[in-house]
Amino acid sequence: MEEFSSLMQGFAVILTPMNIGLMFVGIILGVLIGVLPGLGGANGVAILLPLTFTMSPTSAIVMLSCIYWGALFGGAITSILFNIPGEPWSVATTFDGYPMAQRGKAGQALTAAFTSSFVGAFVAVVMITFLAPLVAKFALKFGAPEFFAVYLLTFCSFVGMGKGSPFKILVSMALGFALAAVGMDTVTGQLRLTFGQSELMRGFDFLIAVIGLFGIGEILTSMEEGLQFSGKAARINPKVVWETWKELPKYWVTSVRSSLVGIWMGITPGGATPASFMSYGLAKKMSRNGTKFGTGEIEGVIAPETAAHAAGTSALLPMLALGIPGSPTAAVLLGGLLIWGLQPGPLLFVEQKDFVWGLIASMYLGNLVGLIVVLSTVPLFASILRIPFSIIAPVIIVICAIGAYTVHSAMLDIWFMLGFGVVGYVFKKLNYPLAPLVLALVLGDKAEDSFRQAMLVSQGDLMIMWANPLVGSITTLALLMLLWPLISKALAVIRPPKKKEFAEEQPVD
Amino acid sequence: MSDQHASETAGSPVVANNNTVDAVVAALLFIVGIVVIVEARRLGSSWADDGPGAGYFPFYIGLILCISSLGIFYQSTVGKARDTDAFVDRIQLRRVLSVLLPAVVYVLGVRFLGLYVASAIYIALFMIVLGNYSRVKSVLLAVIVIAIFFMMFEVWFKVPLYKGTLAPLSFLGY
Repeated sequence: MEEFSSLMQGFAVILTPMNIGLMFVGIILGVLIGVLPGLGGANGVAILLPLTFTMSPTSAIVMLSCIYWGALFGGAITSILFNIPGEPWSVATTFDGYPMAQRGKAGQALTAAFTSSFVGAFVAVVMITFLAPLVAKFALKFGAPEFFAVYLLTFCSFVGMGKGSPFKILVSMALGFALAAVGMDTVTGQLRLTFGQSELMRGFDFLIAVIGLFGIGEILTSMEEGLQFSGKAARINPKVVWETWKELPKYWVTSVRSSLVGIWMGITPGGATPASFMSYGLAKKMSRNGTKFGTGEIEGVIAPETAAHAAGTSALLPMLALGIPGSPTAAVLLGGLLIWGLQPGPLLFVEQKDFVWGLIASMYLGNLVGLIVVLSTVPLFASILRIPFSIIAPVIIVICAIGAYTVHSAMLDIWFMLGFGVVGYVFKKLNYPLAPLVLALVLGDKAEDSFRQAMLVSQGDLMIMWANPLVGSITTLALLMLLWPLISKALAVIRPPKKKEFAEEQPVD
Repeated sequence: MSDQHASETAGSPVVANNNTVDAVVAALLFIVGIVVIVEARRLGSSWADDGPGAGYFPFYIGLILCISSLGIFYQSTVGKARDTDAFVDRIQLRRVLSVLLPAVVYVLGVRFLGLYVASAIYIALFMIVLGNYSRVKSVLLAVIVIAIFFMMFEVWFKVPLYKGTLAPLSFLGY
């Protein structure tokens, strides 16, 4: 039980009044971000990242990860009360959450959503506690070819598991890599793709891209709808909470299934959004009340919320153990680690024990704090959505501009942010996925480095990717993922596919 | 936006279809891909004396970009499953531009007036022009919001923000 004692040590690290205070601040900011249109987990954390530069890494990650939990919780509020998903992963929650609110059962729906979020996250954190050290230990044996193979697998999984045109996924990814290449080449010191502009030497920071793509892009899309919020009132009192809690254990099968779906989709870069849809679909298929789904069935709230939170939490496992984030938000947190001078990856578990276990302990506490905070403050956050959009929109654009500026204290970055915003808007409308772009931008240099190192070892022979069983199987799996769209087409010819559900409602994220 | 804008957009003339925009974007991405390839070739995309050249990796990235954008171009122009739904109609476009264009002017303003002053003016004008709020209310709210930001960044977290080339707030001493 080495993990258990390490975990206890982690609790000792974070249980200071300062860290607990930051936890509350983080959760509240996170819920706020989750509720506001245009601010989401990824860009919210990106904007607030510069504020943590002066803190100790442990306090900083506690606050930032709590912002993330808060955002995960917050998305459910708008879905259930306003039928507007605050975050892409809470789209599936609207299917049954909003009908419940319409029938005057908003309190039950919110309690069920928050509680199952907590359950999903809890299961995922337990998994991280015991699995992450093992993965890290295993990954210590990795050399450059193995790491490149894992990067390859990450990106190929986007193609294999993504929805929509595989070409668009590839383009999004390649664009990310191309942007990552801008600036000084880390190996030869040559300037790449700068076209003589000294301002471009710094390259494109992915934080700017995240703020623009997700923040400004989101504002532009919301604007198009001419948003007008009309919400249901929420009253949560201890009695409703208690009544709902008594009912929840009946649905334990759904919870377990959804947690597993979420964990799987979180570790592989499927992400929280597809996890929530998949889990909703499975619950609908397997539940006895399946036909009533969509009319306000509590199970239809439990399933997507559990999965989304489990996925959001497990996305941190590959980030911690391998240095490869499973979601854009995890990528932003990884960027934070680099800025604080910590190198994410297997060595983190050896060299920065306090930090890693402090973070894992804060996941347990943060989610508990989150559950308490959201249950007690729902009406407050719901009232934020009643502030007219013509006040919120300029304030959010200002916040984005400030966030973009603070990353490098560079004026030019604000222009880039605006540019990325337009790209984000167009890409979103054309169903280009944004996550591969962000991840490629973050991992571009590292992936390239490991590729070049591998090529140096083998003197340019690509067969090094199959040099031993480990690297060979990862590479083969990656290529299978990459070719999956073709393979599944071939399979469809041999055997006609089953009718797809929700395919048209499923956004690409 | 205020209520009168939230009316139905159905029936408003369509400015562009999804497949048209798709094709244009694919063409632009193809050009980006070509630029990357040309630059990678210039940097040395082949094997140098001491290992792969600086353009070795970007070359393949450019190649993926070109091939995939050709694929999208094909899908959006000749493909059977091309999406001919409206990309944006005239009302929607006007709404989007009503946010985007002021934002461009705002960033231009930041260049000269600094983040604080430009942001205050931007929020106030946005509320007056697009939200139809009274001038007093708008200005008051903008000043309050910016004052909170000022306290947060300059005073509490000690993260100085851009003051602009004209530095209109220099009298505050920050």
